[in-house]
Amino acid sequence: MIKIEVDMNQCQHYGQCVFEAPDNFKLNDDDKLEYVAEAPDSERDNIEAAVDVCPMQAIRIVE
Amino acid sequence: MTVANPAAPVVIVGAAMGGLRAAESLRRSGYTGAIRVVGEELHAPYNRPPLSKEVLATDVTHEAVAFPSRAEMGDVEWMLGVRATAVDLDARTLTTDDGEVQPWRALVIATGLRARRLDFAPIAGRHVVRSLDDAMALRAELTEGARVVVVGSGFLGCELSATARKLGCEVTIVTPSAEPMMRPLGELVAKEMRRRLTNEGVDIFSGVTVAAINGETTVESVELSDGTVVPADVLIESVGSECNTEWLESTDLDLSDGVLADNAMRAVTTSGVARDDVYVVGDIARFPNPMFDDVARRIEHWNIPTDTGKRAGAVLAAHLADDGSFADVVAKPFAPVPSFWSNQFEIKLQAYGLLGLVSDDDIRVLEGDLSDQAAVGYYRDDRLVGVLGIGMKAALLPYRKQIAEGGA
Repeated sequence: MIKIEVDMNQCQHYGQCVFEAPDNFKLNDDDKLEYVAEAPDSERDNIEAAVDVCPMQAIRIVE
Repeated sequence: MTVANPAAPVVIVGAAMGGLRAAESLRRSGYTGAIRVVGEELHAPYNRPPLSKEVLATDVTHEAVAFPSRAEMGDVEWMLGVRATAVDLDARTLTTDDGEVQPWRALVIATGLRARRLDFAPIAGRHVVRSLDDAMALRAELTEGARVVVVGSGFLGCELSATARKLGCEVTIVTPSAEPMMRPLGELVAKEMRRRLTNEGVDIFSGVTVAAINGETTVESVELSDGTVVPADVLIESVGSECNTEWLESTDLDLSDGVLADNAMRAVTTSGVARDDVYVVGDIARFPNPMFDDVARRIEHWNIPTDTGKRAGAVLAAHLADDGSFADVVAKPFAPVPSFWSNQFEIKLQAYGLLGLVSDDDIRVLEGDLSDQAAVGYYRDDRLVGVLGIGMKAALLPYRKQIAEGGA
């Protein structure tokens, strides 16, 4: 299991992560980010891609 | 071609985001051999966009913008504070400004861009913002009440204007364009942007250039081409960028605008040959994106160093593995969706695609209202090639998909 943390003080809700890991990240109707903090190991590549594309570098994987 | 230096490292020249992503991608794609990253700046790779926005508005430190270092990168060698001066593609060697000549088995070109400067004599008070050190130097002068003149009205110039204004400076934009962000956004949107920036107290002098910079030991005023003299304590030059390709000039690579690459990010020579041992990543790379057409373009958007770095790393790893997978990896389509964002005061812009490909000024308000929140479409020959959100985000997602699928 992968544990994800998003620094919501940093997050500007750009939604780039949504394209990389749609099972874990989405923008709600108010354009705010919502995320699921856990993902199966099979999702690691997608979660890492989401970490990479965050303009604010607000996402991290807790190892 | 003989295989020179099989035991040498992969050398990545350029230690910013593109170089970092290429190194990470090599490791993730299974390459376990030596990697060396050579970079001119002393700082480990960091995220540049906050340097004109969030970070410039607070404390400019490396810690605030540094990219996290991944575990698989532990044995990557970083040679920082060293500038590449020449390369020999036949002998496979790189020469650096400390006099060293080092061998490589494959080369990744990631030297990016530098800020263009106005052509005037050096004087204190002149600034550009490209690097962390640039931003630190500027931050120290953005004190309350300082008179700041920003030359250029692209995204960077407008962001710097907004940040300086937030810090209590008096801000004047000087631009040869008719409207701010005219070239990237088109007249319809740019006129609205002028309205918003002006409302926030930014003065805009458009259709003019800088004729002279006045001052004894530091900038005191800026004289414009129409004779206007604008008092200034700080002069920020955001007048575009230049490609760092000088170190490649003795090669036969196509340097007509940046460095030409094919869709696998392999460097291409002036005779049209793609080299399996030389790759190009980031905003210096001019490459074709089949999402739009077969024209090679440089794209100065934030996601491009990451996307091209990953692509180059995967292709190069397959080449070095020599396990028969290379042709398949090269043939895999690579069509990254360009994306960028810009924050200026309460203006939140976000875009996907290439707005600049618009034909006949075919710009349409798709949703909302320009004076408030809107989604704006940019069309080429009736196909959607770009979408801009003004304060809108989730609403852009279907348009992004449409662009990625060819815009029909």
